[in-house]
Amino acid sequence: MAETIINAINMALTEEMDRDDRVVVFGEDVAETGGVFRATEGLKEQFGGDRVVDTPLSEIAITGGAVGLAVFGLRPVAEIQFSGFLPPAFDQLVTHASRMRWRTRGQWSAPMVVRTPYGAGIRALEHHSESLEGAYAHVPGLRVVIPSTPYDTKGLLKSAIRSPDPVLFMEPKHIYRSIREDVPDEDYEVPIGEAAVRREGEDITVISWGAMMQKTLEAVDRIDADVEVIDLRTISPMDRETVVASVQKTGRCAVVHEAPYSGGWAGEIVGTLNDEALMYLEAPVERVTGYDIPVPLLSMEDYYIPHPPRIAAAIEDVLAY
Amino acid sequence: MAPNTSEAAVDLDAPWISQEDLPVETYQIIDEDGTYDSADVPDLADEEFLDLYRWMLVEKRYAERMIKLQRRGQMGTVGSSRGHEASIVGSGYALQDGDWLLGMGRETSAMLLRDVSLRDIILFWRGVEDAQRFLTEQNCMIGISVGGYLPMTTGIGWGMNLTDSDSVVTAHFGDGATSTGAFHEAVNFAGVLDAPAIFYCQNNQWAISTPFEKQTNANTIAQRGLGYGVHGIRADGNDVLAVYDAMREARKLARAGHPVLFEALTYRTEGHSTSDDPTEYRERDAVEEWLERDPIERYESFLKSKGLWDEVDKDALVAEVDEEFSAAVEAADEYGPRDVDELFEYVYDDLPPILQEQLDEMERELAELDDLEAYIERRPKG
Ligand SMILES: Cc1ncc(C[n+]2csc(CCOP(=O)(O)OP(=O)(O)O)c2C)c(N)n1
Ligand SMILES: [Mg+2]
Repeated sequence: MAETIINAINMALTEEMDRDDRVVVFGEDVAETGGVFRATEGLKEQFGGDRVVDTPLSEIAITGGAVGLAVFGLRPVAEIQFSGFLPPAFDQLVTHASRMRWRTRGQWSAPMVVRTPYGAGIRALEHHSESLEGAYAHVPGLRVVIPSTPYDTKGLLKSAIRSPDPVLFMEPKHIYRSIREDVPDEDYEVPIGEAAVRREGEDITVISWGAMMQKTLEAVDRIDADVEVIDLRTISPMDRETVVASVQKTGRCAVVHEAPYSGGWAGEIVGTLNDEALMYLEAPVERVTGYDIPVPLLSMEDYYIPHPPRIAAAIEDVLAY
Repeated sequence: MAPNTSEAAVDLDAPWISQEDLPVETYQIIDEDGTYDSADVPDLADEEFLDLYRWMLVEKRYAERMIKLQRRGQMGTVGSSRGHEASIVGSGYALQDGDWLLGMGRETSAMLLRDVSLRDIILFWRGVEDAQRFLTEQNCMIGISVGGYLPMTTGIGWGMNLTDSDSVVTAHFGDGATSTGAFHEAVNFAGVLDAPAIFYCQNNQWAISTPFEKQTNANTIAQRGLGYGVHGIRADGNDVLAVYDAMREARKLARAGHPVLFEALTYRTEGHSTSDDPTEYRERDAVEEWLERDPIERYESFLKSKGLWDEVDKDALVAEVDEEFSAAVEAADEYGPRDVDELFEYVYDDLPPILQEQLDEMERELAELDDLEAYIERRPKG
């Protein structure tokens, strides 16, 4: 059936809760109403109030609580209502979740998932629009995953829940409901750490992820060239092999992300290409990104987002170099 | 999986304390059926009693009309303050010139009482960055990250102490906010610093779909003041005189170096915001019960028995308040023109070269890329 990303999240959660009694879902407003985006709808009815829990308004306790549950042998899937409210809990991710295995020399670990919607475009107030994947990806020990399609969402979320290490699962809320595709009912995983080649091409490699994938594909459609499009899917640890092999083949590259330019993950990709593919490059790598400013509030938010004309122009620049 | 909570099994000898040892009273002046003891009524002039009433109408009409604007696509998502009128107005009315007020968005008339203009509140909810520039001119700010601005409230109070200011700082927030770490750290630190800070919690018993009973195991918010070593009070948040009177005292305490944790017990009779449907998670009965306790009606019966009702022409007052609102909307509609430089302003004190470059690039792209503008919609109007 044709499903949205939101449906796919719900399917993955339902199936994993069904499969594994240790999976516990919690966060603000997730149980009674199914979450502000309805990602957890129906879970409480199906699995009961012990395993699907509305928490106090406490991002630190939600995230730190997940660490404790995980250490104690459960499989917590916590929701942070918007990624703009994750910063207080950053401490729990950095100080505990990401280092538990390392600290205890493998005796304890924190197999937990923090799901959180990120990104601009939903016309909300401050802190409802940011893309900070680069900051989280900088934390050793944390896996940072961003799906861009319903199919991948289900498979990646299942992998995340089964992952022996903590996963920050960032959901592109702007496209929660705007794209549909077939999502099989059966059990399948999409492995963390593997990028997807969305389109094969010879002339240039364009890399993106999350909500920007749609914009990138739209931009690519405008271009009269044989473009290879990579959906990174896992930000960290990054699938360097796929990225490097593609650029070695095409010799040209552009990276598109919504997060600010400076310190953004595109910089890491450029660095990787510098290390592994410099001699193959026929043009400097272009970065199409957000600006180094807080995401504007709803009235002028659209100016911030990298839209297809900007992406297309950048790709053309690289091709013409 | 349910925890073992059987108390009978626990036999205790040591001097434990529990919240049941400390019943917290709810401070009330006008009771639910409108009766009161004149000795308890704060010493206000007739005009002030009437002024309180007018302000509650301002809050009510503001809430109703903002929702209407939102439904018509002329406003972003907005939360209604219906039911909170006494709590908002009573607290705001007790503040004085020079006092600071940080809020979360459900305390509009308290900010208007600090001379914030209604136009700027409307601009705020329309997502116009400059709105907060105007709010801060009146020492006001709205923080959207729940609880996040409470530590800075303590800091502002600390600053007041260090500079011999005779003002106080108040933070308005909800029951949900009291579950954040920021709240606990802020109130505790304020106690250590003797900061002139009033932590004003509008306990409307809901945080989106989460009821107060699930927010905390504490019976009240006010009792937590003891834990931090600061004064606490719980007032009937639907009784404008109780709120006002207690807030006036809170202000005195704060000035005397005693921070206050103030709980105004009220009820969110509508959805959390225009994107929330409360019928999904709560019974209509409880809402009806609280609608019965409408703060404005209660105050009307007070004004009647006080002999002040004859001076109120309610229809005329509502018309006047509505006109002010319309004028504010018009002023907000006219606000502008706006330019993309705005987005790069105020990120830093100056514009670092990288931002200047990015701004130039944005302007160049807007000029040169034919259909870029087609992807950009300014909204709801701005
Ligand atoms: C730190 C943080 N987490 C989550 C949210 C999303 N959110 C916005 S308002 C709200 C509930 C707030 O409840 P309460 O503090 O009781 O205030 P009320 O809305 O009832 O006035 C939530 C969860 C947020 N804004 N900030
Ligand atoms: Mg509340």
